[in-house]
Amino acid sequence: MWKWFHQLASPPHFYRIAPTFSLVLLLPGLALIAYGVYAGLFLAPMDYQQGDAFRIIYIHVPSAYLSLMAYMIMAVAGGIGLIWRMKLAHAVAASAAPLGAWFTFLALATGSIWGRPMWGTWWEWADPRMMSELILLFFYFGYMALRGAIDDTAKADKASAVLALVGVINVIIVHYSVTWWSSLHQGQTIMAKEGPAMDPGMLYPLLANIFGFTLLFGSLILRRTRTEVLFRERRTRWVKEMILAPEGQR
Amino acid sequence: MTNPERHMPSMTSGLLAVARRDLLLAWKRPGDVLNPLFFFAMVCTLFPLAVGPSAEQLTFSGPGVLWVAALLAMLISLNSLFISDFDDGSLEQLLISPQPLPLVGLGKTISHWLTSGLPLVLVSPIVAITYRMPGDVVLVLMLTLTLGTVSLSLLGSIGAALTVGLHRGTALLSLLILPLSMPVLIIGANTVSLAAGNETYSAGIWALAAYAVGTLSLAPYATAAALRISNE
Repeated sequence: MWKWFHQLASPPHFYRIAPTFSLVLLLPGLALIAYGVYAGLFLAPMDYQQGDAFRIIYIHVPSAYLSLMAYMIMAVAGGIGLIWRMKLAHAVAASAAPLGAWFTFLALATGSIWGRPMWGTWWEWADPRMMSELILLFFYFGYMALRGAIDDTAKADKASAVLALVGVINVIIVHYSVTWWSSLHQGQTIMAKEGPAMDPGMLYPLLANIFGFTLLFGSLILRRTRTEVLFRERRTRWVKEMILAPEGQR
Repeated sequence: MTNPERHMPSMTSGLLAVARRDLLLAWKRPGDVLNPLFFFAMVCTLFPLAVGPSAEQLTFSGPGVLWVAALLAMLISLNSLFISDFDDGSLEQLLISPQPLPLVGLGKTISHWLTSGLPLVLVSPIVAITYRMPGDVVLVLMLTLTLGTVSLSLLGSIGAALTVGLHRGTALLSLLILPLSMPVLIIGANTVSLAAGNETYSAGIWALAAYAVGTLSLAPYATAAALRISNE
């Protein structure tokens, strides 16, 4: 187990195996998303209150879930990099940040588009989930800005890992404080809530999309990390040897 | 025979020495302390000019405006927390001292709070009265600002330590600290609003106190780690 772990952490080894793993995650991911999107848009029954507008949840919910998931991955990878000085972990953290920011943006954008017919406004300041998602987006911006501001990669890795770890505790506190805050300001909109039980025809495409998006995310993060590894190791011997090797042996 | 350990200063003495030194430095350069205060007063002047001076408007937006202004004033004062020590090399001396680094950082943060947070708390009643805030609400404002600025100083010290050697520090520091400080702003400003509306507000005070205690116990370690990384 430890041997496998050490081998995985070696940049050349990771560089070689990442495409295979990425593909293994990508194919079932795309299949699930294809099913989820088709079934969600065409087969799932219409919501009795929201009509067809509810169908945006098939993109919105997976994005919102992954926006948090990516942050956790970023922070945990940063922590592993800080504690065990594993270079690959820092590369994972670096490539998780832009992906997480995109999913956060996607969750905000789809939420806002859904809010237009449902709440009658593009943006609802009093909704706690929208607010904590927005603040999460700011956390991502701060993280990426700190990374961008430090020229030395090793230093940027460690500094941003500290920030991500501090941020994890705060993301939770932000969530609770925003929820408390919005309970003071209630009364402007009443959220149209679905009942606790969701129709299976609605639920299965959603689950398929959640798993599909997660697999797609896993595949993308492997690809991004692979490029990141190549960039970081650009002065090493194995990269030079690989570039100079004939086409078939890379 | 002398015991070598007797020459080793105690841990609190290091903390106090750092805090005393920074307070002395602040005393010699009063501008550093006064500028954030003027900034605070000016931001509070901008709002009635922009939003309108009616008494109704001022009582309604007063708690929020004062809190936002205090947060921004804390932010601009944070920039100088480690920068002069970094420039003249004394920060490196602090890093290699046998004193535990979290306590050294805490000493600097305490001095920062005494020269930025505390003056804000003391000046806030004057501004609050111009916003037609009743006396008992002013007390709540001062209490929330006291607890809140402690957290802001401690959170800010992490950001200041992370950005200490960087050229584009100021804007970056705001980008790092503002998301972290949102819970303090939310709870602080809304507690004052609740007090102004004659509602129960004690939960907010307790939450701010809990946040201050939490940051007091955790932030110095993050600051120390960040200082070590920035000075590699």
